[in-house]
Amino acid sequence: MKENNGKNIMELDFYDSEEFMLKTNRRDFLKIIGGGIVVFFAVEDAAEAQQRGDRRLPEDVNAFLKIGEDGRVACTTGKIEMGQGIITSLAQMLADELDVSLDSVDMIMGDTDLCPWDSGTHGSRSIRFFGPPLRAAAAEARSILLEMAAEHLKISRDRLKTQNGVVYDAANDQTKVTYAQLTKGKKIVKRLDQTAVQKTASQFKIIGTPQRKTNAEELVTGKGKFAGDIQFPGMLYARILRPPSHLAILKSVDVSAAEKMEGVRVLREDDFIAVLAGSPDRADAALREIKAEYGAPDANLDDENIFDHLLKNASGGNPSDQGGDLAEGEKNSAEIIEKTYLNSYVAHAPLEPHVTTVCVEGDRITFWSSTQSPFRLKDAVVDILNAPADQVRVITPYVGSGFGGKRSRNAIEAAKILKLAGKSVSSFQLAGTREEEFFYDTFRPAAIVKIRAGINDKGRISFWDYGVYYAGQRGANQFYDIPHHKTAVYGRGDAHPFDTGAWRAPANNTNTFARESHIDLLASAAGIDPLEFRFMNLKDERMIRVLKAAADQFNWTPAKSPSGRGYGISLGIDSGTYVAHMAEVKVDKESGEVQVVRVVCAQDMGLSINPEGARMQIEGCITMGLGYALTEEIHFRNGEIFDLNFNSYEIPRFSWLPKIETVIIDDKDAPAQGGGEPAIICMGAVISNAIYDATGARVLQLPMTPERIQKTMSL
Amino acid sequence: MKRSIQFNLNGKTQILTVEESRKLLWVIRSDLGLTGCKYGCGRGYCGACTVLVNNRTVRSCIYPISFVDGKEVVTIEGLAKNGKLHPLQKAFVDHDASQCGYCSPGMILTAYTLLLNNKRPSYDEIIHHMDKNLCRCGSHTRIVRAIQAAAREMNTGELR
Repeated sequence: MKENNGKNIMELDFYDSEEFMLKTNRRDFLKIIGGGIVVFFAVEDAAEAQQRGDRRLPEDVNAFLKIGEDGRVACTTGKIEMGQGIITSLAQMLADELDVSLDSVDMIMGDTDLCPWDSGTHGSRSIRFFGPPLRAAAAEARSILLEMAAEHLKISRDRLKTQNGVVYDAANDQTKVTYAQLTKGKKIVKRLDQTAVQKTASQFKIIGTPQRKTNAEELVTGKGKFAGDIQFPGMLYARILRPPSHLAILKSVDVSAAEKMEGVRVLREDDFIAVLAGSPDRADAALREIKAEYGAPDANLDDENIFDHLLKNASGGNPSDQGGDLAEGEKNSAEIIEKTYLNSYVAHAPLEPHVTTVCVEGDRITFWSSTQSPFRLKDAVVDILNAPADQVRVITPYVGSGFGGKRSRNAIEAAKILKLAGKSVSSFQLAGTREEEFFYDTFRPAAIVKIRAGINDKGRISFWDYGVYYAGQRGANQFYDIPHHKTAVYGRGDAHPFDTGAWRAPANNTNTFARESHIDLLASAAGIDPLEFRFMNLKDERMIRVLKAAADQFNWTPAKSPSGRGYGISLGIDSGTYVAHMAEVKVDKESGEVQVVRVVCAQDMGLSINPEGARMQIEGCITMGLGYALTEEIHFRNGEIFDLNFNSYEIPRFSWLPKIETVIIDDKDAPAQGGGEPAIICMGAVISNAIYDATGARVLQLPMTPERIQKTMSL
Repeated sequence: MKRSIQFNLNGKTQILTVEESRKLLWVIRSDLGLTGCKYGCGRGYCGACTVLVNNRTVRSCIYPISFVDGKEVVTIEGLAKNGKLHPLQKAFVDHDASQCGYCSPGMILTAYTLLLNNKRPSYDEIIHHMDKNLCRCGSHTRIVRAIQAAAREMNTGELR
């Protein structure tokens, strides 16, 4: 480094860093970095790299950590915090490798000016793919500090130890120097070369220990800011005119009454009509003054006939997995069972609807937006505004949950408003209403699974022919020991009457519901206890171990289903993590009402970085999963969405709460796997199987509403 | 119709001239700048906008500002005293009762009125009292634990 030449006699090799820094044309990048030690690193995630394409800011690096002159450690990342807890667990990984206290770490997240490019926060990828290079970078930084300390203390490097941000002489604790002292006045930039030695499990002090959320106090005092909490003096509030249906076409509109309202501006470009006013409720009032007429669409799709429509329009069907010979398997079968499983459209329904606050200062435009993908959102906004990319900044404050649904639509509309309003507006907020949140949600797709499978006379599964339609491939491949099997994935695309998208553990909720329901049917046909049947047909040691752990916790005793006890089992794999659920339900045979009494989840996620955070996610998955299992579905007809608020779209509440027990199989030497999604995938089947065990009724459609359960019981 | 409304907000007197039908949520958030109470559904279904009016919970998204005239309003920002967290806030932190945290202010204020009137609520009483507050992340078990812990701490405090 030029600044340090002759002053800081470092023998470390920084030559490529200088060149790297010059190549980045990011505004104020050097200023932002300031003094201290900075280690850049790249995330080794193939999917990430592919999406990153030829982006250059800054090159192939997508994060850095910095040890500041004040001894505080900053980690910048394009990932965002929406309740999943990476603000804590990523900091744990960094703090442990660097040997600093957890509370000296600042996570700087989702800011397109401060953080290098990132594809978004989804797929339980943050710990799996971002965690390892973050640890490596921290180890690298610690190595640099040790080198500097050896120089400073004039002691050989192998005599030094680090603890809590201080380098000590291992033989004499009085001889020491803090990271802050070492960093003072330095400017060292290094790119991770992956050679620094990382800690092994026995050396962990912070990784693997339960930690409370580091931002908890902000959240309970109202100080934590969400995008809608960002305010500016004189800020305006926008609302947009919405059609009554996804198919509706605007025929005529009269905005004159709204335009006459004091302090109200109406903006229009073709069908896009927005109002701006001094308060959110004033904007609502203005919107109500707009008289619009829409054309009636000609269509006949609804939530009942959608499944036939989807099957008719399905394409694809290439096997995602196959082995053996299905015909041979059929020949060896003592009994064959064939069923079709359905699930309806499901909403994300985050408690915070989408919101964007925009502020214009000179030629700088800043969007505070609730999104899981700030960099993609920025691209979309830059495109609409036709502005130079370095004039637009996207900041993601805390996001009020996402589950795959927090996207760019709202910010894109805010950009359109900004474009129409021009320079006359310096700041405004576009907050979605709950009704808009439901209407424009990218629903979890309605989907169909067809399974034909057999058992031989020894209770072994003889063949497995599996086709999933519209859900997707995740979780479709089965993991049982079946000699003849095929899995095919059909028909994703534009057959849906509205947008669909990723919903917490996309596809896997659908696939696990179907697979584990069908496994239970086979067990029942074989006259074998469903736990025993699974053990008989499993070879995967990891799965056997997690299932045993669940059975021990649940205290499962063998019985053929339906036993009348109301016990269910489900297994699954998601994001590299194995889960086994057991549940107990009570079914009111008159009404079909289900009360889930108890759910046990055993989870093998490899190394668990923050066991408390992991438990929180499991509990969240189980609780949220009750909804898609029992009540959540979008009713619609001809593009009109009937469920637009929580009065008709029922999400889980306190009175639904089962006793939840979690078992984490902590495999400290295994790589850390995903934690935000896996435990939700079993919720459909574990409850379905428990309902069957209680009543003998096999419900084949999610959600398992009292009506559907009653109807199945009466068959 | 615009009228003058006087009320106490987190210990301070507020005098406003406002349209009397305006909803309390928007006045608190956009006029007075306290953003701890959240918009969640706009119809009183979810409880994210909960504030206290004379120590009772109201859903501020459907509560007209004129109704607070002469009353005491407390938002989440007014719960900590002299920089010290209320036992409920502390218990929410200790028990990791927030995931995304969007529902937390409404949950805490709703639990506050439970403990005000029932110093030793049973599990079932907690469930019943909290049932109309929605949380999408599934923090329910921890919220219940936090309320139980706060009740214990507040009772021990009294005994001293």
